[in-house]
Amino acid sequence: MSNSGGDRLLEMRNIRIEGFADEKWNPIIRGVDLSLDRGEVLGLIGESGAGKSTLGKASMGYTQPGCRISGGTIVFDGIDLRELSSSRLQRIWGSRIAYVAQSAAASFNPAHKLIDQTVAAAVREGISSDSTARDDARKLYASLQLPEPGSIGERYPHQVSGGQLQRVMTAMALSPRPDLIIFDEPTTALDVTTQVEVLGAIRDIVENFNTAAIYITHDLAVVAQMADRIKVLRYGNEVEEADTREMLAEPKMDYTKSLWAVRTLRKEAKSSAKNVLDIENVDASYGGSAKVLHDVSIRLPLGRTVAIVGESGSGKSTAARVVTGLLPASNGRVLFNGDQLPPDIKNRSKEQLRRIQMIYQMADTAMNPRQTVGEIIGRPLEFYHGLKGKEKEAKVFELLESIELNEEFYDRLPGELSGGQKQRICISRALAAEPDVIICDEVTSALDQIVQEGILQLLMRQQRERGISYLFITHDIATVEAISDEIVVMLNGRVVEQGIKDEVLSPPHPEYTEKLLKSVPEMDPCWLDRVFQEKSIAV
Amino acid sequence: MTDKNTSYSAAGEVGSVRMRRTRLQRTWVELKKAPPTAIIGLVVIVFYIVLALFAPLIAPYGEAEVLPNPYAPWSSDHWLGTDQIGRDLLSRLIYGARNTIGIAFLTTLLAFLIGGALGLVAAINRSWLDQLLSRGVDVLMAIPSLIFALMLLSIVGPSAGSLIIIIAVLDSTRVFRVTRAVAINVAVMEYVEAAVLRGEGLGWIMRREILPNIMPPLVAEFGLRFCFVFLTIAALSFLGVGIQPPTADWGTMVRETANLIQFAKFDLRAGVTPLLPAGAIALLTVAVNFVVDWFLHKTSGIRDEQ
Repeated sequence: MSNSGGDRLLEMRNIRIEGFADEKWNPIIRGVDLSLDRGEVLGLIGESGAGKSTLGKASMGYTQPGCRISGGTIVFDGIDLRELSSSRLQRIWGSRIAYVAQSAAASFNPAHKLIDQTVAAAVREGISSDSTARDDARKLYASLQLPEPGSIGERYPHQVSGGQLQRVMTAMALSPRPDLIIFDEPTTALDVTTQVEVLGAIRDIVENFNTAAIYITHDLAVVAQMADRIKVLRYGNEVEEADTREMLAEPKMDYTKSLWAVRTLRKEAKSSAKNVLDIENVDASYGGSAKVLHDVSIRLPLGRTVAIVGESGSGKSTAARVVTGLLPASNGRVLFNGDQLPPDIKNRSKEQLRRIQMIYQMADTAMNPRQTVGEIIGRPLEFYHGLKGKEKEAKVFELLESIELNEEFYDRLPGELSGGQKQRICISRALAAEPDVIICDEVTSALDQIVQEGILQLLMRQQRERGISYLFITHDIATVEAISDEIVVMLNGRVVEQGIKDEVLSPPHPEYTEKLLKSVPEMDPCWLDRVFQEKSIAV
Repeated sequence: MTDKNTSYSAAGEVGSVRMRRTRLQRTWVELKKAPPTAIIGLVVIVFYIVLALFAPLIAPYGEAEVLPNPYAPWSSDHWLGTDQIGRDLLSRLIYGARNTIGIAFLTTLLAFLIGGALGLVAAINRSWLDQLLSRGVDVLMAIPSLIFALMLLSIVGPSAGSLIIIIAVLDSTRVFRVTRAVAINVAVMEYVEAAVLRGEGLGWIMRREILPNIMPPLVAEFGLRFCFVFLTIAALSFLGVGIQPPTADWGTMVRETANLIQFAKFDLRAGVTPLLPAGAIALLTVAVNFVVDWFLHKTSGIRDEQ
């Protein structure tokens, strides 16, 4: 895999990048070197805010509006990108360096067919004629294992799935046969089962065309599959850089070690005889159209965590909406401590509402940007428990302590917090109600791994101390292993199985559970190869 | 940054830290960067407000004080002359600021109370009530508002009260649309859902969860709406069904002094006299628009090209 000693394609020396905020320039990248040979893949990892995307974009000589490169040199194949005029730079971007963004859906023009967008750069730069570019695009679609490669290009972006769109975008990047592709978290928004296919496709392409790539991600297991070398960034500084295998086997710096340790979190599964929540034979649909839930039954034992896993569209979140009463079930019932809950939220009492709280995936949108942390946490205290003034303030401080933040955060607005801190505030808002059940809807999937671990440990500690039961919705099996007692697997609005964690995770599995478990990346550079080998044997 | 601890701590995570400033400091920073048009607009608006507030102190004569010589030319006693029954025009112009702006402001405020509240309710409710309100507003907007206002005013009779209520109701349809459109985007946010799940009432969700997040477009709309209301009132007064004499009002003043314009060939100043109240109307409209433009540019999040 590694082919060092090839000729140098990209050489970045002592790069400094600044962003403009608050009437002054603040450093984002503080002097980082980066070099890349032809055909080599470099993985860039780090927490959000580490500057990995900014550095990745800078390797094209590009910065976002409001940022500037204030120092260093960027030499791409003998050309100094910082000296080029913007029109010459744009020609290089179209033809020799390509960029694959995290959100493919936002990067396509919805008004044009996929194939027109795929070939646009190659044709504009005169690299190939329109017809040859189109033939080539169809071949690329085929090699990226898109369905119906001959005709999929005739569709519009909204007519294909997110995973397919991500692969089309990779094809678009490859169309002019660039020397360098920058992948900026290309699989973060995808399901595990789709992610495997996209990863495999990207890696084949990079190997077949001898393209160099910078692969930016916060998922260590993914970068282990893709990269020849890994560079770890933090606070805009380089922490360390090494060969992938070497880095995985023996990371040198403490910070890198702590990143690696995250995946070892695991809790012993326990059972409980009494159920706090029973969902019994529930059907549900949105606005009378097709049913989204079919005869779903889930039980949540007291003081335990039940994880609901499945792809997007499997009905996980809908089940949560039925429990909260936002979407009344058309059939079946929800029992809370043995008593039936009114199906519609409007008929539930304040006490019933208090006992079931919810935490969302996107902490950004779950908090009112115009309210301070004190107001956000204080409101349920005032609303449910009638606390006011000093008493309320003291309780908010206590809650901030318990989520490992401090009094300084009381006056801050959500915009002044990091992603992990935001999610902690959301957790403390739920805790403030002193609930029996908390529904966690993908609460960690938008966070970096090291932050994820902190959040999961916080949730587990709260469970030990307060005996809260969690209904934990996720598509990440590693999270499930870490915190659940029981697992529910859902597919197409039905429950495939529910059982104790260890039973569900150990064979024999129903077919779908098997596929889901197989798709979870492991921290082993050979994992992806193994998955595809097994697949080809099975075929 | 050389960090001693390389291990993880929740409080140590880097959020986007901003310098904390008080509201006054922030306003000052913004003002220093404001374009010249906005500064001119602000100065004009402040000038008008001072005139309106201190009219009795500034004006040389009373609002409806009738002096012995009508149609007096410009002189040191009467800077802008007198009107057809001998009232000092400069004084009437100054009092006019108070009446015209005051009534327009009250009307706009009322329009926002009605349209804003209903718009928020419609955005949160999204069911038959939303349909009912939206279609009702469509019907009202289909009728040309000036003619509709003329009709209603001639039915109920022109008085300051009925003027304010009729124009406020007619203009609240526009406010309703804007409020509903921006509030719908906020109403689907998870923090609103979280408030619903908590069991919060409609009032809290409207005032505390949604309203603070839609303020910038509403403030801009307030400025523009004020201009339209102000122009409508001036037009109605010019037509004789708006603010009634002896109350000084720019629209009425244009009408009353309009015939002076034919004397322009004898005395240019006489010809200019009816243009002064019209000019006062135009100047304020332009000033408000300058400020709203700047405000919209600031709050829309468009970065200035450097």
